[in-house]
Amino acid sequence: MIASLFAQVDPSMLRGGDVTSGALDTGIVHVAGPSIDWLALLPLLILLVGGLLTLTFSSFLKTRAPKSLFTWTTVAIAVAAAISVVPMWARVQGWGSVLWWNLDQAHTGPFSTAGGAVGIDGFSLFITVVLCAGVVLAALLADGFLRRESMEGPEFYVLVLLSAVGGVIMAMSNDLIVLFIGLETLSIAVYVLAGMNLRRVQSQESGMKYFILGAFSSAFLLYGIAMLYGATGSTNFVDIRDFMSAVVPIHNGLLLIGLVLVLVGLAFKISAVPFHAWSPDVYDGAPTPSTAWMASGVKAAAVAGLVRVFMLTFSNYSSTWKPIVYVLAILSMVVGAALAIVQSNVKRMLAYSSISHAGFILMAIQANSANGVTAAAFYVAVYTFMVAGSFGVATIVGRKGDGNHQLSDYKGLVRSNPWLAGSFIVMLLAQAGVPFTAGFFAKFLAITAAADAHAVPLAIIAMVSAVISAFLYLRIIVAMFMSGGDDGTEDVVDRSNRLRVPFAAGLAIGICVVVTIGYGIFPDLLLHPARNATPAAVQYERPTDSLNLGAAGSSTGSTTAGR
Amino acid sequence: MTEYSDFVRQYLTVVIFAGVGIGLGAGLLAIGKIFRPTRPQEQKYLVYESGVDPVGTGWSQSQIRYYIYALLFVMFDVEAVFMFPWATQLETYGVFGLVEMLIFVAILALGLVYAWRKKVLRWA
Repeated sequence: MIASLFAQVDPSMLRGGDVTSGALDTGIVHVAGPSIDWLALLPLLILLVGGLLTLTFSSFLKTRAPKSLFTWTTVAIAVAAAISVVPMWARVQGWGSVLWWNLDQAHTGPFSTAGGAVGIDGFSLFITVVLCAGVVLAALLADGFLRRESMEGPEFYVLVLLSAVGGVIMAMSNDLIVLFIGLETLSIAVYVLAGMNLRRVQSQESGMKYFILGAFSSAFLLYGIAMLYGATGSTNFVDIRDFMSAVVPIHNGLLLIGLVLVLVGLAFKISAVPFHAWSPDVYDGAPTPSTAWMASGVKAAAVAGLVRVFMLTFSNYSSTWKPIVYVLAILSMVVGAALAIVQSNVKRMLAYSSISHAGFILMAIQANSANGVTAAAFYVAVYTFMVAGSFGVATIVGRKGDGNHQLSDYKGLVRSNPWLAGSFIVMLLAQAGVPFTAGFFAKFLAITAAADAHAVPLAIIAMVSAVISAFLYLRIIVAMFMSGGDDGTEDVVDRSNRLRVPFAAGLAIGICVVVTIGYGIFPDLLLHPARNATPAAVQYERPTDSLNLGAAGSSTGSTTAGR
Repeated sequence: MTEYSDFVRQYLTVVIFAGVGIGLGAGLLAIGKIFRPTRPQEQKYLVYESGVDPVGTGWSQSQIRYYIYALLFVMFDVEAVFMFPWATQLETYGVFGLVEMLIFVAILALGLVYAWRKKVLRWA
């Protein structure tokens, strides 16, 4: 049966450099390198080169670096990378001009470059910007934190930048192998970020745990990729998609095993139940700014991977993978919300609530429709700000040593730091999905997408679990209002117990609050780009097509997920 | 849920099989639990460390300088693995291949520069 499947694979689908047979007498076969649209890879290159230069430059510094130097260079690098997305976005959306700059573009629409390894479409660019925002927030939170914990140095920033590179590669991947490379680049940097605090045993323990379990999940993913290659004859998303539309193998065990293993690898990264066991320990043990990056950036990149593999590549095989994602979504939402309630450690609570949020995103993915992609993109973007802000508050309340994360440590925060507590309340209410916050629209879109896809039971379970998790957020809020003097046994918390908020961290939390409320009141500002963030499978086309082996290679043959 | 394929329905076999497997294991353990005598002693619950009472915690510091050298070695070892096949086919890949390999080596070299500046290469 498998042999017959292979027989149906067009030899032209097997990619490789376009070989022009050697006309020279030497018999050397010249392989032309793939043409690369460098402008399309600019966000990636800015992050990568920025990270490497920061590391090299810092190692040659004779004296201590000026205060906060690396924070602001990292912010500048991430902002530059986000800005470099704009021309590409304009090209993909077919705009005539950006502000005053008149684009005179011959080609518009999504395209593929670097030999079909990278796909530039609305979705990949959207996630790239989300990742850049995550980098900015993590860098700002890290500034005061690293100084407080005497961990100053460029390493934290470089690792965040390099893991963002991996995330962007995942978001832009048009090939399973590229997806894997991106995942590994992302993960290895994050393993180190988790174990960075050498003075806390929990931090090192969490780094170790994350590394071992993450290595296993990467192995699952790679094995799944091997199976998918065996089943479809290609690792390229477009080729797999073409193959899947040509033959729909109902009883193909190889394909199913491959899909499930890839799902395991990616579900581990978004910490979906039952692959969640690492996340509370790691989120709790890792330095809090690292946790903020893990919950925002890593999750966004893994969601991008899920969307690209399942909603884009295997969208017409959805009757098989949808039930699996359906179950994962239910488990994640319910187990995450239920276990969060019984925690007494705020970081662990946020970790479990993060699992619950992963369930909502999976629910959007389960819809397998254009609305589902929009909901997933919107959710990821909003969640990045909500969770980075929440862990930002946890960074400050953690105090020196980064160890004060119990609910009792938040006691009286409303009196001692009203602004900080107010910001935290906004972020928590947004995560609970209260109207007039961006979190409401994120949940609304995800539930609507599921309901439109006839998954009404799933939508009902989502609403119930949202109510359950609202209790958990209220528990934290109530703890902040407890002043300690109510039963007369403890000292009353007042302004004298004020925690110092570093400027950069305050800025980051401020940005998160403004974005969370801003998108809650004007959701169209984000909804419009999210609607245009459609992943597209476009065949790679050599610009100088002297010998175009890919017969289907034409941008008119592009297919867009769910449309 | 009409669109669920027959294929998924066949998972019922897996579910039954897993249920029987778990039930069998749990049942045997339960029988053991019911019939075996239990005489708890404190010594029985110590961490097993080759018969000796465990001393100290599980966390201890160890010398890692060999490890750092090994890591740097592995890095350039793997680089060589990539370079040999590339070198045999350099004519085929031409300038493109040369530039690619130079970028690859340069990025790894940056890592070595960092290690050197951080005094990792000094035996201390």
